[in-house]
Amino acid sequence: MKTENQKAWFFVAPVLLLVAFNAIIPMMTVVNYSVQETFGDNLFFWEGLTWFEQILRSERFHAALGRQFFFTFMILIIEVPLGIAIALAMPRQGFWVPVCLVLMALPMLIPWNVVGAMWNIFALPDIGLLGYFLNHVLGINYDMTQDPVAAWITIIGMDVWHWTSLVVLLAYAGLVSIPDAYYQAAKIDGASNWSVFRYIQLPKMKNVLTIAILLRFMDSFNIYTEPFVLTGGGPGNSTTLLSIDLVKIALGQFDLGPAAAMSLIYFAITLFVSWLFYTLMTKDDLN
Amino acid sequence: MALEINNITKVVQGVTHIKPTTLTLRKGHFNVLLGETGAGKTSLIKMMAGLDPIASGQILMEGEDVTALSTQKRKISLVHQFFVNYPHMTVFENIASPLKVAGMAKSEIADRVAEAADILQLGPMLQRRPHELSGGQQQRCALARAIAKESRAVFLDEPLANLDYKLREELREQLPELFAGRGAVVVYATSEPEEALLLGGETALMVDGSVAQFGTTADIYRAPASLTAASVFSDPPINHAPVTKRGDAMHLGNLSWTASGDAAGLTDGDYVMAVRPHHVLPHTHDGADVSLTGRIGVTELSGSESSAHFSFGDNSWVSLAHGTHPYRIGEDHDFFLDPTTCFYFAPDGARVG
Repeated sequence: MKTENQKAWFFVAPVLLLVAFNAIIPMMTVVNYSVQETFGDNLFFWEGLTWFEQILRSERFHAALGRQFFFTFMILIIEVPLGIAIALAMPRQGFWVPVCLVLMALPMLIPWNVVGAMWNIFALPDIGLLGYFLNHVLGINYDMTQDPVAAWITIIGMDVWHWTSLVVLLAYAGLVSIPDAYYQAAKIDGASNWSVFRYIQLPKMKNVLTIAILLRFMDSFNIYTEPFVLTGGGPGNSTTLLSIDLVKIALGQFDLGPAAAMSLIYFAITLFVSWLFYTLMTKDDLN
Repeated sequence: MALEINNITKVVQGVTHIKPTTLTLRKGHFNVLLGETGAGKTSLIKMMAGLDPIASGQILMEGEDVTALSTQKRKISLVHQFFVNYPHMTVFENIASPLKVAGMAKSEIADRVAEAADILQLGPMLQRRPHELSGGQQQRCALARAIAKESRAVFLDEPLANLDYKLREELREQLPELFAGRGAVVVYATSEPEEALLLGGETALMVDGSVAQFGTTADIYRAPASLTAASVFSDPPINHAPVTKRGDAMHLGNLSWTASGDAAGLTDGDYVMAVRPHHVLPHTHDGADVSLTGRIGVTELSGSESSAHFSFGDNSWVSLAHGTHPYRIGEDHDFFLDPTTCFYFAPDGARVG
């Protein structure tokens, strides 16, 4: 039986209002800036797609985008396998389960700028525990304020430290939901540890891993605070990720038009890659 | 060619779950483990499969000591009470999985899967996933996996318990056929005495983590060695009551009759008498020398049979008879039994007649 009733709109209205104020209206402001030129005094000149063209052709944008993809690729390729490995190694029952879970959750509870500051101090070559140890005890030349490679290693190390736990916790949730009977059946089938992982654990973790990868992609692609506090985008421009570059254009140079256009391009890329990934990962289930 | 277990025990945190158990399970017929829930049937199976560690003892398969061998290398199959299939694999892949792991050639896998699927009527469902199958089909898929694999022992742990009545009957009829001539020792755990009788073969009666009696299924049913064995192998529960023999007479409360058959040779003293419910009838019959009057408690009518629970003396008795009988709850009713159908046990539970 179908009921014709408009009541549902009333229930949706509050959410719509909320979304309008915290997402749609600010977003439209950005759209507004992206097609106009302003010199302050609320004076606007129509520019059409000029800013978009300028950004898309800009070497500086390409470089930042390249760095951004490299960063995201690196942290995904490290955090996902590492997270799965840690989750597999964690105990499934007993006294150590809550201990492990709390230890895993700790890094995620620390505010992002604190993580940046912590790693900055940790890695400084003259006073930092890590920096001093590498330089003066092991004799390795390591200075993230001067050497781009060192800066990259530090920035990736920091993200791995901060966010691998998320993958661990999600993968662990997938693992504990596997009934013992499957492991027993696999043993009886004569399956090796690798087969158990490949054919039982991995498929069971697939859904949570999809979410984990999606979250890590979006978060790392939009990352700002931690690298900004840690390296400030340097040395030079070597760790200037998209968001850092965006803030430089918007607030440093006060080029609001190009910054707005870049924001929209940035948003479109994040959205597209997330959609592409999600579609590919869930394709099998739909068939 | 057999599966032998010698004095195996299971101890968990100092508590003995399985007392020293010795059995020789042969192939060519069903080896039934019959016992109530918690009697240790599943534990024993898991120990034989190598899934649970054994505290002491030895397990031999075809003469080879497999005690220290991992489950993976024992070449066995196991079908659970609840349906265990790999959820993300198709029926074909499920049946093929142990063969693939064993490194069998693709064409041979296809043949074997087709054969197993054919026997279990899964042919049209090979490309489906387990969740797209009914319960009966899921269990048939699990059985097909056990059949396709070349195993030395097949363990069936109450495989029919979660199926509905019709399917259970159907599959139970097929089971002995399925495993006939497969060269594996078949071990079947069940809590239903009737199922054990229908499957035939040999039965190990399990009580509280040990085997109360082991032998040909029909023999155990006809000649239980102890009161415990008689109780386990009876559904509804066997009736029992204390009796005293004096001279030629057997006394039960204020009833008495002339001891005959095995009971005639018993020395005077106290015994426990047990009689199966279907030997206690609400009407006289040949040899029914004993009649007892009991107060009807609960009555049940199941199609062609009617059962009545009545109290007699200090004990509760059950009668199971063909046809429908006009019992009235709370009223007295006469029941008749033939004393030669009774078992007699010494006070310690050992059968004496």
